[in-house]
Amino acid sequence: MPAVEVHSIYKSFEDVKALKDISFSVEEGELYGFIGPDGAGKTTLFRILNTLLIPDEGTATVLGLDVVDDYKTIRPMLGYMPGRFSLYQDLSVQENLEFFASVFGTTISENYELVAPIYSQLEPFKNRYAGKLSGGMKQKLALSCALIHKPKLLLLDEPTTGVDAVSRKEFWEMLVDLKKQGIAIIVSTPYMDEAKLCDRVALIQEGSLMQIDTPLNIVNGYDRPILGIKSRNTYKLLQALKLYEWTHSAHPFGEFIHFTEKREKPDMIALEAFLLDNGIDDAVIKEVEPGIEDSFMALMRKEVASD
Amino acid sequence: MKPLRFLLKKEFLQIFRNKGMLPIIFVMPVIQLLLLSFAATYELKQVRFGLVDFDQSYASRKLVSKLQSTGYFKLESEGFTMEQALNHLDAGTIKMILQIPPDFDKKLNTGEASPVQILIDAVDGSTAGLIQSYTASIIADFNRERMSEVMIVSNAPRKATALKIIPVNWYNPDLDYITYMVPGILVVLVSMIGLFLSGMNVVREYEIGTIEQLNVAPLQKSHFMIGKLLPFWLIGMFDLCIGLALARFGFHIPFLGSLFTILVIAGIYLIVVQALGLFISTITHTQQQAMFIAWFIMVVFILMGGLFTPIESMPKWAQDLTLVNPVAYFIEIMRMVLLKGAGWKEVYKMVLILVTMGFGLMALSINRYKKTSA
Repeated sequence: MPAVEVHSIYKSFEDVKALKDISFSVEEGELYGFIGPDGAGKTTLFRILNTLLIPDEGTATVLGLDVVDDYKTIRPMLGYMPGRFSLYQDLSVQENLEFFASVFGTTISENYELVAPIYSQLEPFKNRYAGKLSGGMKQKLALSCALIHKPKLLLLDEPTTGVDAVSRKEFWEMLVDLKKQGIAIIVSTPYMDEAKLCDRVALIQEGSLMQIDTPLNIVNGYDRPILGIKSRNTYKLLQALKLYEWTHSAHPFGEFIHFTEKREKPDMIALEAFLLDNGIDDAVIKEVEPGIEDSFMALMRKEVASD
Repeated sequence: MKPLRFLLKKEFLQIFRNKGMLPIIFVMPVIQLLLLSFAATYELKQVRFGLVDFDQSYASRKLVSKLQSTGYFKLESEGFTMEQALNHLDAGTIKMILQIPPDFDKKLNTGEASPVQILIDAVDGSTAGLIQSYTASIIADFNRERMSEVMIVSNAPRKATALKIIPVNWYNPDLDYITYMVPGILVVLVSMIGLFLSGMNVVREYEIGTIEQLNVAPLQKSHFMIGKLLPFWLIGMFDLCIGLALARFGFHIPFLGSLFTILVIAGIYLIVVQALGLFISTITHTQQQAMFIAWFIMVVFILMGGLFTPIESMPKWAQDLTLVNPVAYFIEIMRMVLLKGAGWKEVYKMVLILVTMGFGLMALSINRYKKTSA
């Protein structure tokens, strides 16, 4: 039995179509990622899965139960961490965890094992108010609170937004550990680099799913060779590439610009000569492996083109 | 019942941890009672007046000293022109001018009518009214004394005794302002706690976002509601008890009715205002909005609730509006029970109305709460 099964869900808010024909399924013990920019519909989808919103059309089952009809049975089996960090700032770390354990009818000691790897890091500060924790620690406490009742499915809505790089990495390591315990995890993120750690990834854009696959397949499905070009003056470089007759796409990725050509095989020598003519004498050009970000950009271009 | 216990524990933890609000909750009844009862009073104190005495006679001096000896009036300036006195009135240094005409003593002795003129600064209408009635009764007093003196001297035939009305003020014989105000102020106290605190508390869960987690938790709505209302209900009742103790032993307000009746009705009334606060919380999204709406409603309720001005002297439409004003009912009940010793028989109709309001508002807000969160 899949942990989540969704069949062509639609949801609109007044005149905004938040979700259009969304279908997917998540297996038990799978770490499933939703990747998409802000406003893509991720939070709306999460709120349907956690039974707080009712879809306009389509059906969704969570752990084999319908999200509309059986919401009362589903709720205790879910762990939900909303995007906006929300714990009681004026209660201590321990009091927060105790409270969320008790509203789900359990105690800390009952499920301590499950949260121990995360919560043990917080225990030295267990008497500190949640409002006085650092961003990374708040996130860990929120995850502990979402886990304390031993849910079968974990819904994490942008858990790492606004968290520093080190804490993000730690957080994802915890998710991978949790997955091993058989908990299905659905996580949404705007960060492409986090997608690599998911079992499967769904790319979502403006309320529609563009592609669902493993991170590896998504990357392999990318058919064009990519060149990484670097220059001191990235802006001038980007302007120059736009003038080049063979340019298919050019997006800045950190210090490099990821560049693809309309031709099957890009001609690096011709490109370098063209750039030199356009006053860029320090261009470094090398072949790079495509990443999920490249796929996402390419898919977005296709969507826009087909519209 | 177990989840309810945890909800309550959490609320009390948060209330007692709020260092800014906690002292106010407990000091509020004392400060409100002391301030409103001692500072805001309708009794006349030390009215400064100007005297223009054209007569300068024994009788005129007698009248002025009578005015002064009451302790309500203080002679501020004395002069021989009205212009001068009017200037003082304009400048606000005096509140009243007493003008005594030249033949005041003479006319009095011959038994003629002998008018004096009183000019009152009536910017504050109610004070002006008080000054007028105080002065009038002092002058009437003066008249009676003079009459008896004149009659003894002249040995004139006595007029037939006219029908005389001697008013007796029941329930508050000395027309004591504090006795009248304290029961009403206790109502304001209870209303503020009920209306502001519990509603605000629900909105706060929206503001910080924790309502999302609580909504997905397997909690019964009724438990959530009780968890939000009960702590502030208890605090409200506790504050009322402090206020009642202060009223009884500090202000010596007569407790003619039963304390038990007061407490039971206060409990019902608190639920009414808490339900109203809860309703406000379901139509707002920030504490600021909720606070503003609650204040607006509170001010209207208090001004039209008969605390400062009697409902009977309001226009008809305003009197009709008080039919839906819970504050008006509770002020009336408090005064009736405390000062007049009314029991269930006298107040049960008003209590029934409060119960109906409580049920109605509670149903409305629970209904709205479900719609906004599910």
